[in-house]
Amino acid sequence: MSDFTHGFWPIYISVLTLASIIGTWVFLRSQTTRKLAPGEKPELMKHTWDGDLQDLNNPLPRWWLGLFYGTMVFAVVYLLLWPGLGSYPGLLKWTQIGEYEAEVRKAEAQFQPVYAGFMQQDVVTVAANPDARAIGRNLFLTYCSQCHGSDAAGARGFPNLTDGDWLYGGDPDTIRATITDGRSGMMPPMGEALGAQGTKEVANYVLSLAGRPHDAALADVGRPKFAENCAACHMPDGTGMQAMGSPNLTNNVWRYGGAEAAIIESITKGRNGVMPGIDQTLGTTSNKEAKLHLLTAYVYGLSQKQ
Amino acid sequence: MISHETIEKNIGLLIVLTILIVSVGGLVQIVPLFFQTSTTTPVAGLTPYTALQLSGRDIYIREGCVGCHSQMIRPFRAETERYGHYSVAGEFVYDRPFLWGSKRTGPDLHRVGGRYSDAWHVAHLLNPRDVVPESNMPAYPWLDRPLKDAAIQRKMRTLNVVGHGYTEQEISDAPAALDGRTEIDAVVAYLQVLGIHAPKN
Repeated sequence: MSDFTHGFWPIYISVLTLASIIGTWVFLRSQTTRKLAPGEKPELMKHTWDGDLQDLNNPLPRWWLGLFYGTMVFAVVYLLLWPGLGSYPGLLKWTQIGEYEAEVRKAEAQFQPVYAGFMQQDVVTVAANPDARAIGRNLFLTYCSQCHGSDAAGARGFPNLTDGDWLYGGDPDTIRATITDGRSGMMPPMGEALGAQGTKEVANYVLSLAGRPHDAALADVGRPKFAENCAACHMPDGTGMQAMGSPNLTNNVWRYGGAEAAIIESITKGRNGVMPGIDQTLGTTSNKEAKLHLLTAYVYGLSQKQ
Repeated sequence: MISHETIEKNIGLLIVLTILIVSVGGLVQIVPLFFQTSTTTPVAGLTPYTALQLSGRDIYIREGCVGCHSQMIRPFRAETERYGHYSVAGEFVYDRPFLWGSKRTGPDLHRVGGRYSDAWHVAHLLNPRDVVPESNMPAYPWLDRPLKDAAIQRKMRTLNVVGHGYTEQEISDAPAALDGRTEIDAVVAYLQVLGIHAPKN
């Protein structure tokens, strides 16, 4: 099936290409002076400049002339073997995508045995294997480090994966689900409901939950407001709920900062921690299942005490 | 056969013949591209950029992002492993001008759509080091300012001349769609749709 919208175009391309090659050949022939016989003098051109300057019409050196013809022969051979003339695929049947797919197949054949071994082991076993961790680290640097950092310690707004504190759960199945499909956290803005003073009071109560320096008077007033507005997701004791991805507020692990001002900002504006799933990025790449398995194991292993 | 002397002494003829010879490459390699299904048909799901995305795209051009970021994933395993499916021509039908780029100081961006969260893009554009400490990308803190794109309707009408097919409704709604947004909103909106219609295997 031709990609062209009309049968004219392959012919147009072929005719122009071949006419160019034949045309240069004819032109070169017509302009070539025949080889001189031994002792023969080259023709003297008819013009004279500056009184006595004259030109000789010497033939082109034969090796040079040969290069010209060589390029034409090369062009013809190339057009026979590779695609170039309209829809003609060439004797070698080469395509760009065919070459790509061969490259992928070759790599799959090379890596499949390595992956197959790990696929038979569970995540905990793979996580303890140094070879698997080396592969996992490469995958992590490629797909995850932009947000979670190359040391996996996260950044402001992006969770630290090494501290053992999990928003959605740190067991292998949950980690794999997080990596595959992503996560979409949603803390609504509470600034209007609480008011500026109420926000400050709740923020101080949150500081007290984590054992940070706080204003005890404000925190006391904030406690019932926390119970009323925050406990549904963060639980009455502030330890969070992994089913919803609501963070534990008592362990002094802060994604957006643990200073009073940062907590007030979180309460006022809400937070939307979104992690896109890797499923789309891995899309059509090879050994997708094995990569997910190794990544899961690597991430699982990050917070395990070795 | 016209003799060499005739051509050299007749400057008009020399110009015509020169143009003819020089244009053969373009006539054979460029002109037929306008008559190929794979280059002129959008891939499934691809639509023209919305007003906000279009404005973001112009900021992408203004800030010279294309100088360091390509938008062209070549069919090599090393590229598809990192970025996703290789780019195909039908994904660029509504890219005028195209932003394929020719240099990668930073990574390719053709499949960046949906890869990171909006919040990541905002943090990263304002100061890349906040999220990627190793990054050498410049910061673009001034993008956090109101988006002013008075020409948006004219742009959409101009693109309609070459077949983008914006409706009158979309064009009249465009200023409202940009109202109250910042430049960074527009850039992120543009980045988040890049390459999201990759061919599915």
